[in-house]
Amino acid sequence: MLTKKILFSAVSALGLTLVTNMSFALMPEEQKGLDISVEAKKRDLGWQDSTADMMMLLRNKQGQESIREIKMKSLEVQNDGDKSLTIFNKPRDVKGTAFLSFSHPVEADDQWLFLPALKRVKRISSRNKSGPFMGSEFAFEDLSSFEVEKYTYKFLAEEPLNELKMFKVEQYPVDENSGYTRRIVWLDTQEYRVYKIDFYDRKDSLLKTLTFSDYKQYLNKHWRADKQEMINHQNGKSTELLWSNYGFKTGLADSDFNRNSLKRAR
Amino acid sequence: MISKSIKYTSTALAISTSLLLARPLFANEMPSDLEFEVSGNIAVEQRYFFKEAPYPQQLGHNQLSLSIEPELYWEWNGGNDSVIFTPFYRVDSQDDNRTHGDIRELAYVHASDDWELRVGIRKEFWGVTEFQHLVDVINQTDGVEDFDGEDKLGQQMVNLSLVNDWGIVDVFLLPGFRERTYAGEEGRLRGPLVVDKNNVSYESSAGQQHLDFALRWSHSVGDYDLGAYWFHGTNREAYLTPTPQVTMLDVTSYTLQQYYAQMDQLGVDVQATLGDWLWKFEGIFRSTSIEDFWATQAGFEYSFIGIMDSNIDLGLLMEHSWDSRGETELGEQGSLMQNDLFLGARLAFNDMQSSELLMGIGSDLDHNAFSFLIEASRRFGDNFIASFDVRLLQSNDENDLLYMLSNDDHAQISLAWYF
Repeated sequence: MLTKKILFSAVSALGLTLVTNMSFALMPEEQKGLDISVEAKKRDLGWQDSTADMMMLLRNKQGQESIREIKMKSLEVQNDGDKSLTIFNKPRDVKGTAFLSFSHPVEADDQWLFLPALKRVKRISSRNKSGPFMGSEFAFEDLSSFEVEKYTYKFLAEEPLNELKMFKVEQYPVDENSGYTRRIVWLDTQEYRVYKIDFYDRKDSLLKTLTFSDYKQYLNKHWRADKQEMINHQNGKSTELLWSNYGFKTGLADSDFNRNSLKRAR
Repeated sequence: MISKSIKYTSTALAISTSLLLARPLFANEMPSDLEFEVSGNIAVEQRYFFKEAPYPQQLGHNQLSLSIEPELYWEWNGGNDSVIFTPFYRVDSQDDNRTHGDIRELAYVHASDDWELRVGIRKEFWGVTEFQHLVDVINQTDGVEDFDGEDKLGQQMVNLSLVNDWGIVDVFLLPGFRERTYAGEEGRLRGPLVVDKNNVSYESSAGQQHLDFALRWSHSVGDYDLGAYWFHGTNREAYLTPTPQVTMLDVTSYTLQQYYAQMDQLGVDVQATLGDWLWKFEGIFRSTSIEDFWATQAGFEYSFIGIMDSNIDLGLLMEHSWDSRGETELGEQGSLMQNDLFLGARLAFNDMQSSELLMGIGSDLDHNAFSFLIEASRRFGDNFIASFDVRLLQSNDENDLLYMLSNDDHAQISLAWYF
């Protein structure tokens, strides 16, 4: 036991020496993966604030369907993750429930839930990023904003998909609470829009695939997909997201993303 | 009682609405972006009490009731102005006192960049704990609805909320007081004596018209959510004292008289959200002409996300209640929760039907008394929620306040339609 401890310390010390003597250079494919992701993020900067309606169609293996209707307001924050206010409209028993999130690239997000039956604002743990959002196949982390610092990267290849040339990049979540060991993302080389994501679970098996379609451009710059479909290969369930009524630069500010606005969110 | 509130509120509403909407050119026009929507629920609830009723006049085993609560909502100016109207009514098959209605909300809210004005009948919730809401003081408890005290009556208020970098400050003027509702003669979940609705007295000569006041500060700093307030006005909790009633047959029976004292109350609530742990604390200090005391509710909530490689979340809760008045003789003023420990577990299945299971145990550490609850709920189709509850109340100590309810173990099933 003690020998093991000494051996471990010796190896760690050696490793530490080696690492500190090296510069933090990334391998070429890691650097390319990072560059692509940074460019993708940069292409979308400057949307300031956005509002959109989302309809979620949940399907289970037996073909049963269930609908969720949500309104989302988002605020772009400089040097930090986005603020978002998600308001639930359907099913009717959750109508009036609202969810406020201040996301941060590396630290835990700050999240509050408004429960309309009690008129109560409750701060919740944000560690539940791997849990299903409203019983769908989208996890909380799948719906939060993309921040470069949330992952480390490796460029895999350039390959065609949907008659477009794509970058294929592997992403490794930095947060240990993530439900994934890695994600493989296909972005088109022209506009850096994400077309497909393969999610690998904690056992590194293929869990889900997300496809994006019907991209539309807003304000001559920002691309948003009208349709997203998540298929869970392991349980046979799927969830379709249909976005509509996109609005950008509508004049939202910090005052629209606080406890008071959470309480009156509709 | 209700008509007077409506009168005050309508006047207040009318004044504020006209003040804020009056613009010289458009004084008579409807706002161009006026939106209206209706939602709400209708629910049927069936209770079954396992034991025979301990007191005469009480209902037997079954209690069926129907409730309706629609919500009418108008908004304009992109949601910066809104009016909400939420009436509530329950019809109970057994307890006349439980057949009752209330205006839960009838209010106008105007939101500006860093302030909000809220006028009318509303509900305001304060607090961070689960098993007892100690700091939640504004609204009166609709006690006859359920014995956990979570249902509240609407409260008339003028509330100005100011948003600052250092926190949100809320000022409340609370004109008018709502008396608590209690089970009637036929009702279960009550002690041997019935509360007399008509025998109410107030410390203040203004009675129900006393103008109460509250000032609250709340803020989120990093992982901490903080709140502190001062409330000055009528104590929402009545002091109940047995009073003799002489009947026609010259036989003396007793009912409980309600006495509402004036109080000053300071309250503090804190939540620390550290990883998977939520640490919660609520404390109050109350000063009335009869007594001064303080009470706390503290505990934690820990969540296991996705247990055993499934989508199921398990939340574990533990809270402790403390009241400085300690153990009190039956008949003296005190708290049911003077030194009690609560443990709870919440299973969220995260399925399409939002299935949930809650289990809780409460134990009085001074007396041999405990309560046990289990609640399961699930959605059926798109609009129906079915819930099943079992509540068991066990007490062997005659001095314990819970002893009065120990014959009222019951199961409850309810089906609610949401529209």
